[in-house]
Amino acid sequence: MRRKKKGLSLVIALLMAFTVAGCNFNSEQTNTQTPAPNNGNQTAEPTAGKKVLRIYDSDEIPTLDTAQVHEDVSFAVVNNTMEGLYRRDANSQPYLAMAEKHDMSPDGLVHTFKIRENAKWNNGEPVTAHDFEFAWKKVFQAAGHYSFMFETAAVLNSTAILKGEKKPEDLGVKALDDRTLEVKLEYPNPLLNQLLSFPTFFPQKKEFVESKKEKYGLEFDTVLYNGPFMLTEWKHDQGWKYEKNPNYWDKDKVKLDQIDAYVVKDVSTALTLYESGQIDRVELTSSFVDQYRDKEGFLTIKDPSIRFLRFNHTHPALGNVNIRRAINLAWDKQGLTDVILNDGATPLYGMVPGGFFFSPEGKDFRQLNGDINKGTVEQAQEFWKKGLQETGLSEVKVALNLADTDTQKKVGEYLKNQLEKNLPGFTLELKSVPTNQRLELEKAVNYDISLSSWGPDYSDPMTYIDMWVTGGSANRMKYSNAKYDEMVKQAKMETDMSKRFQMMLELEKMLLDQDVAVAPVYQEGLAVLQRPTVKDYVVLPTAPRYNYMWVDIAGQ
Amino acid sequence: MLKRVGYMLVTLFIIATATFFLMKTLPGTPFTNADRLNEQQLENMKAKYGLDQPVAIQYVRYLANLVQGDLGMSFKFMGRSVNEVIFERIGPSALIGFQALIVGTFVGLGLGVVSALRHNSIWDYTSVTLAVLGMSIPSFVFAALLQYYLGLKWGLLPPALWKGYEYTILPTLALSVTVIATVARFIRTEMLDVISQDYVMTARAKGLSETGVIVKHVLRNALIPVVTMLGPLAVNIMTGTLVIEKIFSVPGLGEQFTLSIVVNDYSVIMGITLFYSLLFILMVFVVDILYGLLDPRISVRGAKAK
Repeated sequence: MRRKKKGLSLVIALLMAFTVAGCNFNSEQTNTQTPAPNNGNQTAEPTAGKKVLRIYDSDEIPTLDTAQVHEDVSFAVVNNTMEGLYRRDANSQPYLAMAEKHDMSPDGLVHTFKIRENAKWNNGEPVTAHDFEFAWKKVFQAAGHYSFMFETAAVLNSTAILKGEKKPEDLGVKALDDRTLEVKLEYPNPLLNQLLSFPTFFPQKKEFVESKKEKYGLEFDTVLYNGPFMLTEWKHDQGWKYEKNPNYWDKDKVKLDQIDAYVVKDVSTALTLYESGQIDRVELTSSFVDQYRDKEGFLTIKDPSIRFLRFNHTHPALGNVNIRRAINLAWDKQGLTDVILNDGATPLYGMVPGGFFFSPEGKDFRQLNGDINKGTVEQAQEFWKKGLQETGLSEVKVALNLADTDTQKKVGEYLKNQLEKNLPGFTLELKSVPTNQRLELEKAVNYDISLSSWGPDYSDPMTYIDMWVTGGSANRMKYSNAKYDEMVKQAKMETDMSKRFQMMLELEKMLLDQDVAVAPVYQEGLAVLQRPTVKDYVVLPTAPRYNYMWVDIAGQ
Repeated sequence: MLKRVGYMLVTLFIIATATFFLMKTLPGTPFTNADRLNEQQLENMKAKYGLDQPVAIQYVRYLANLVQGDLGMSFKFMGRSVNEVIFERIGPSALIGFQALIVGTFVGLGLGVVSALRHNSIWDYTSVTLAVLGMSIPSFVFAALLQYYLGLKWGLLPPALWKGYEYTILPTLALSVTVIATVARFIRTEMLDVISQDYVMTARAKGLSETGVIVKHVLRNALIPVVTMLGPLAVNIMTGTLVIEKIFSVPGLGEQFTLSIVVNDYSVIMGITLFYSLLFILMVFVVDILYGLLDPRISVRGAKAK
């Protein structure tokens, strides 16, 4: 009897210990009692005349240190709370931001930036040229994920530093005085302004960074903000809150007072929250598109990410240009995007997607070059016959390497069905592997055909074109054309923008029309459910993709 | 007792080793933008994090740090230690897990006892049906149903997010379903078994009250297998369940564990695996102690009962 009581009390003590622990954890949460959501589709309580946007992100912010940021969640936060010499407008064109003046030497190699007098950090201190110099060199010291952006921008000595031949201090950037920043380039680069809007080029205040030591960028108050908003709350893995930055130089353009961002990892949960009126915008995955297609607020946006087939150019059959062209033509791209995917994706007949990249005269790249390799099944079969004759093969059996996501598997099955039906003697074996594995196989060129993807690094067609130079890190299929390599090199240094654009158009034709190096599959689309009261929500084609600066909430 | 602790350490060591080498066979790198890096840049990144060394050396280094209690830094959450990543997230997971365990155990106990005492009655059938449903329908289906009806349609409770105590109720309920079903089934079977034992008849013959017989003799003996199974179950649900946390947007550990594997966050994979293993081993130990309390014939020290 006594023993039993002792046992019981031990069990109770144990339970109590757990409860106490549980309560402790809970006290970390806020005490703000949020009323249970209203029934139905009403917007939740208006916050006393304040304009508040409520959004979600699919993951926690890894870091706010601009030297280290490397994925979409932190890009979005950093782009809305901080700023570089340039910022991009709603059409993804760069305009002067932290800098008020940008002078260039006649040879295009020395750039001088004058920092705005009213450029301030949120603690009231001025943003200086030294903050840029410090932050840029820090990227190399910290081996940041995007240090290669300096190489893309052609900043003097960046390549040598990456190779370990020079030190980060040798980078071609120097603060001449508090408000003057000098940047030296390896060669004239027409993309410089565009690139300077990327977070890796944002400034950091040395004294502040050093005072926070290894905690810099890990909490909302261990980082300084010089952008339109500033974080005033950040609960890890739960969400964060932006408020308008009163010290921002361009604050008159900022319409929102506050943005509440929640971490929601599941799209169907995000939809439930949207329907219960707690968030204002959801990005749908293709399985939800049909269900929400007819709801108010549904819209599809073009996306600059592309899917295409890489061919192993050393493969006996796939090395033949006619066989590659036949595979390009032999299937119905429209059917894939309209029936199978049905999520805003559009057929792609080129390397550069449509709707994002315009010539200096304002014409769309895709329209200028038209549809490349668009044809009929009959044409495909002719090329196929010719290709088989040339290679002396009677049948071709190849494997398609693809990521094991639902969408990619669907695309793979469709391709298999179409190609095997339309090309006699062709067998396509589907090999789905995890995305990481797909990438490894591609890098080792250990595949026949690979269903691959590419998203732009910056807003210029070059990001889709220079990946195919011989030995390029994104080539990954042993494609090599000396003429192509040479022309890419020339185009990169061409400062006459019209001429440069013309060269890129020619390069794409060389790649697809002449060499049929890859087979474009489709351009991705983004299906969105957005409350009609939300205006001017801008999605840019390249990272950082979100800019909430211009968002307005109607009727408040 | 010392021997027991020794075994526990050896188990942990084996788990650490096995996980380490298995993890190194994962394809890819922990760098999310590896897609865009050339050889040189990838080399630089690997050198920075010591990944350019042979696996054997990495392993020895890892163990050396581990012995000092250092689980390393996360690759994904740059600048954060694995300890931070775990302890920032274990709270919510443990809270809903614990609540689910309490709710589940008591409701399950009730259902099990009722159906054993009213064997073959309508109560028994109802409770068995409930238990079978609870076992066979995955908890995310309940989660989705609860979220849709209680959260969205009737607006009784917040459907997701984590902003106050009421936000813990739905995940707790969804999580407790499995516990209810498991406990109810075990209790029913065990009680039916115990009730027909001779010592129960003896107790009744002694003139003990029916409640006394049930509580002191039947239930106590029926609890042993339930405790065996509750230990591991507690670790499972208190360290976070991927699906429930994802559906209700609970900032917990379960989701993070899966994500860390997807993005090759080596140190977090190791850290969470070891943390789970440690809890599991400790729980098995606690369960062994509880046996002794329920049945004095079983002793942690003695070799006869095991």
